[in-house]
Amino acid sequence: MSEVAARHIEKRFGDVRAVDDISLSIRDGEFLVLLGPSGCGKTTFLRILAGLERQTSGDILIGGEVVNDIPPRARGVAMVFQSYGLYPHLTVANNIAFPLRTQNTPREEIGRKVAWATQLLSIDHLLARKPRQLSGGERQRVALARALVREPTVFLLDEPLSNLDAKLRTSARSELKQFQQTVRTTTIYVTHDQIEAMGMGDRIAVIDRGRLRQLGTPAEIYDNPADEFVATFLGTPPMNLIERDGGTLGFRPEHFLPREMLNGSALAEMPFRVERMEYLGSERVLYGSIEGRHARRIVTAKLPAHAASDGIRAGDHHAFAVRRSELRYFDREGKAAVGAGAAR
Amino acid sequence: MTTITEVVRENLRPRYLLDRTSFVGPLLVAPAVLYVVLLVGLPFLLAVYYALSAYSIFDPSYRFVGLSNFHDVLASDIFRRTLVNTFVFTIGSQIIGLLLGKIGAMLLMKEFPGRRIARALIVLPWAVPVSLATLAWVWMFDSLYSVINWTLVALGLVDVANQPQWLGQPDLAMAAVMTVHAWRLFPFGVILFLAGFSSVPKDVLDAATIDGAGFWRRNYQIIMPMILPIVLIAVIFGTVFTFTDLSVVYLLTKGGPINSTQVLGSLAFQVGILSGDVSHGAVICLFLFPFLLVAVTFMLRFLRRREI
Amino acid sequence: MTAIARRIFGTSSFYLAVTLLVVFAAFPFYWMLITTFKTDGDLYNLQSVPYWFNAPPTLDHLKYLFTQTLFLRWLGNSALIGVCVVVITLVTALPAGYSLARMPGRAAENLGIGIFLTYLVPPTLLFLPLSRVIAWLDLQDSLWSLVVVYPTFTIPFCTWLLMGFFKSIPREIDEAAIVDGCTVLGAFVKTILPLSVPAILTVVIFAFTLTMQEFVYALTFISSSDQKPITLGVATDLVRGDIFYWGELMGAALIASVPVAIAYNLFLDRFISGITGGAVK
Repeated sequence: MSEVAARHIEKRFGDVRAVDDISLSIRDGEFLVLLGPSGCGKTTFLRILAGLERQTSGDILIGGEVVNDIPPRARGVAMVFQSYGLYPHLTVANNIAFPLRTQNTPREEIGRKVAWATQLLSIDHLLARKPRQLSGGERQRVALARALVREPTVFLLDEPLSNLDAKLRTSARSELKQFQQTVRTTTIYVTHDQIEAMGMGDRIAVIDRGRLRQLGTPAEIYDNPADEFVATFLGTPPMNLIERDGGTLGFRPEHFLPREMLNGSALAEMPFRVERMEYLGSERVLYGSIEGRHARRIVTAKLPAHAASDGIRAGDHHAFAVRRSELRYFDREGKAAVGAGAAR
Repeated sequence: MTTITEVVRENLRPRYLLDRTSFVGPLLVAPAVLYVVLLVGLPFLLAVYYALSAYSIFDPSYRFVGLSNFHDVLASDIFRRTLVNTFVFTIGSQIIGLLLGKIGAMLLMKEFPGRRIARALIVLPWAVPVSLATLAWVWMFDSLYSVINWTLVALGLVDVANQPQWLGQPDLAMAAVMTVHAWRLFPFGVILFLAGFSSVPKDVLDAATIDGAGFWRRNYQIIMPMILPIVLIAVIFGTVFTFTDLSVVYLLTKGGPINSTQVLGSLAFQVGILSGDVSHGAVICLFLFPFLLVAVTFMLRFLRRREI
Repeated sequence: MTAIARRIFGTSSFYLAVTLLVVFAAFPFYWMLITTFKTDGDLYNLQSVPYWFNAPPTLDHLKYLFTQTLFLRWLGNSALIGVCVVVITLVTALPAGYSLARMPGRAAENLGIGIFLTYLVPPTLLFLPLSRVIAWLDLQDSLWSLVVVYPTFTIPFCTWLLMGFFKSIPREIDEAAIVDGCTVLGAFVKTILPLSVPAILTVVIFAFTLTMQEFVYALTFISSSDQKPITLGVATDLVRGDIFYWGELMGAALIASVPVAIAYNLFLDRFISGITGGAVK
């Protein structure tokens, strides 16, 4: 009974549409990621879900009930902010106890719940400290404990890993995912980092300029992007886009390989002129162009580091190919179209 | 895991007035706005109202007389003299005050033993209540016992029999009033200039030095333009305080001798309060307004330009 | 000129300039100090050198001040007015500053600027109509008239100060409190106020000193000696006929000035960054 639904949510600031007709529903216990570049409206949307901002039009439903006019504290949501929003003047213990105190929870219950939350997040040794005495990772866990302690219907997380060092981020990512799988609370997670999104989300909602571009599992979004934006936003390097009449042809760098590495029929062959090569340890990335074709950006091919590519140098022309099944087609508006016809 | 959903359902019924920021926001500002509107806005309108009437303490009936009060006031020699005085005092004391302020700031920029004490002492004239500081000057300008005169005589600059009557002779009185204004103002200038100087990033100054700029060029072409907003504030506040001042003149000379030091503020007091002629007094007060408008416009432009 | 001579000249002219400026600024206060403790005989003696004591210093003026005049009463009046005005200012400026700091959009910015600009409106523009308003409220010749009127300049300035300060506190803190279950006001009281103690202190000091300094409204509204605040009482009541009681006058001025001067010195930097809106730190 903790499904969250948004129906045709729109948020306007003057003439600017920060959120442009987004509808989605989130299943009970799901980890949904809102992914998009900075300024795309994902944080605004999250804040609308929380009740911190009021939408210009549209409805938010929690557990089937319309909650548009209900303030955050009564929506049963808990939020972790980008900079954690810990209360600087309170100890860790009091920070975590705060949401329970506002609901006038009896004292022993507060004690129990704080102990439970802090144990779950392994911060029970930090209870007497103040936020300024904690490291970034510790603060993040305190923020999570504070969110957890109310046993909310929904967790809302606004880029909680962006303030951590790169190294910490990877371990924090898996801890967070495990944590969510333990408590099984519906979670909505905002990020601009596609790796985080792919690694953590049960489903991903890709948002650009206020509009929802695609909603699906990581595999669906990666393998079958709904439009060119999604296709190029996910994947490093981004999907190659070649122009052809009536639209665009797309294929991912890891599927663009030297002809001899691919066997079987149903291949689209493309002569590749290599301009530059990067050796990245586990893989090689080749940059160049396809003869006779106009591409949006420099064409990339991502090859595994072993053999087969050894003979290829900058300046070489080489026959490359893509399996037909890996080709994707986009129409003139940039939307995915059912592929037809040869890759010519 | 469902403790809150019940809460949600229960809470659907009452209205959350105190949670709506669109309601609470204005509510919180209301008292301040109310105070300002009632005790600043309304009195201002009242001043206009009086200026257009024949209201006086002795005859508090409202009779609309149009602009005749304005004609009366503008025709009065005393008023014209007063207007000129006010401008003279303001401009004169501003120039002196700002100059001293800048010099003082440049001096205090250097680290030297006793700098903190020097700064504390320099701030005194501005920090201390106007009336009390002015009283000290009244005593210093005293007709018989002026310490200034005593010093001038002792230095041989002035004849014992011909000691200047600082508050009794028209020109000297003007000089005295201007001096006290400048004295009150320059510490404010010192502090603001100091704040401005220290806000200029060191690398800009270093770059200028490497580029060959000498002391004066650095000063006028690099530093001054960068601290212009601060200087502007000092000028705006300073001129408003001086132009509209009443206390210094009232305590030093009461506007005399023969209205040579009368300013708009003291004249308004004399006419409006002491003589009870509210309507003419109000007109004099209103002459402060256009000046204030100019100052406010400049201030607005400054405030808009900086990022809040 | 040799380098050393130039350096000596430079340093000595520097110190000379500093001394001149300091003397210009501080001499009247020295004069206040010395006048307070000089005997009348010494004070009004044209033959003696006025710069220091020619007869032993005396406490007579101070004694007279404290026992024969209403000086203590005036100090009490000013203190009472100060406290009341500070309370009124805090009650109005704290919520206003917070609301303006958190309100989105240009309306809040403009309102904040508008409120601040009323600080520039001089008493000499308003004192005349305000004297009529005070008469209608039947508060003329009472120190309560000042309690009513003084917030007109303390509120604008303090709201502005607080607005700038609250803006520097990250929004996430009060938003977290709102998500955690507080109302808007609750979030303010439980999370923002505890973090604002230095700013509140500054507001208290400034409101108090601004009140202590005021003269024009006091002069306009009050004539009874026992209702006068210190700035008015000292300037008008220590004169009998045409005779200024300089010893007492200077003593009173000195005593009333010292606390204000100390307060200002301690809070000067805050005041400046308040006026410049933190544009300069």
